[in-house]
Amino acid sequence: MDHPPTLTRDLIGRESEVVLFEVERGAIRKFADAVQDQTAACVRGDVAPPTFPTTFRMTIPGLTFDLARVLHGAQEYRYERPLRAGDRVRCRVRVADVYQRKGGLGPMTFLILAMEGTDESGSPVFSGKTTAILR
Amino acid sequence: MIDLEKASVLPHLRKPPITKLQLVKYAGASGDYNLIHTDDETARTVGLDGVIAHGMLSMAFLGEYLCWLAGPESVRRLSVRFNEMVRPGDTLTCRGRVKERTAGNDGSRLQLEVWTENQRAERVTVGEAEVVIT
Repeated sequence: MDHPPTLTRDLIGRESEVVLFEVERGAIRKFADAVQDQTAACVRGDVAPPTFPTTFRMTIPGLTFDLARVLHGAQEYRYERPLRAGDRVRCRVRVADVYQRKGGLGPMTFLILAMEGTDESGSPVFSGKTTAILR
Repeated sequence: MIDLEKASVLPHLRKPPITKLQLVKYAGASGDYNLIHTDDETARTVGLDGVIAHGMLSMAFLGEYLCWLAGPESVRRLSVRFNEMVRPGDTLTCRGRVKERTAGNDGSRLQLEVWTENQRAERVTVGEAEVVIT
């Protein structure tokens, strides 16, 4: 049976390319519909729901793991302002930390990812921190 | 919007029961195609009884809760831990309380304790948030 490569601390500091995401009205509406979010500005597609940055998906070279073995442990977002339809955000995600802990079911690997989003002038719009747990 | 200046225990927001269709829609809308959320067979191969909801869906409920309480322009931070699994058929309710209120140049900043609980009153997703009130 193949085992995916173990995540090791040498991954710390690796990062994605900077990716430009356009916040589309239709994508906001689709997200709000899936969540059954009743916020009027989100239903109209004018303002993105707070967790919308989760749609900005990027890959970090060298970071691979089996999705089915990953638990999402924690998530944080900080905002300078909400995202709006028509925004163009430059995003990047990097490996902030990797560490092992013993769990009830054996060793677990914690992977901390830090994400940043800026507007076209380079001003911060939001940041995110993901804690993923690999069993 | 709620009068947060006076509130300590915040009003609650009850969401409709989670359905498998909602998980498929959320997978598409969010781009999280991990099959443990949409395919029972895959979920069983990792020891689950069947599909579980995306943790981010319950976080999205809390995001809506903050918008409902304070307005979508007012949300400055949302930080959560995913403590318990959520399954189709579960009904989540968002709850919260004001922890701290500080006055700033642009109005008040409120530190909130927020969580979603299921129909068994288990806190499945717990966290903290900051909103500004002008």
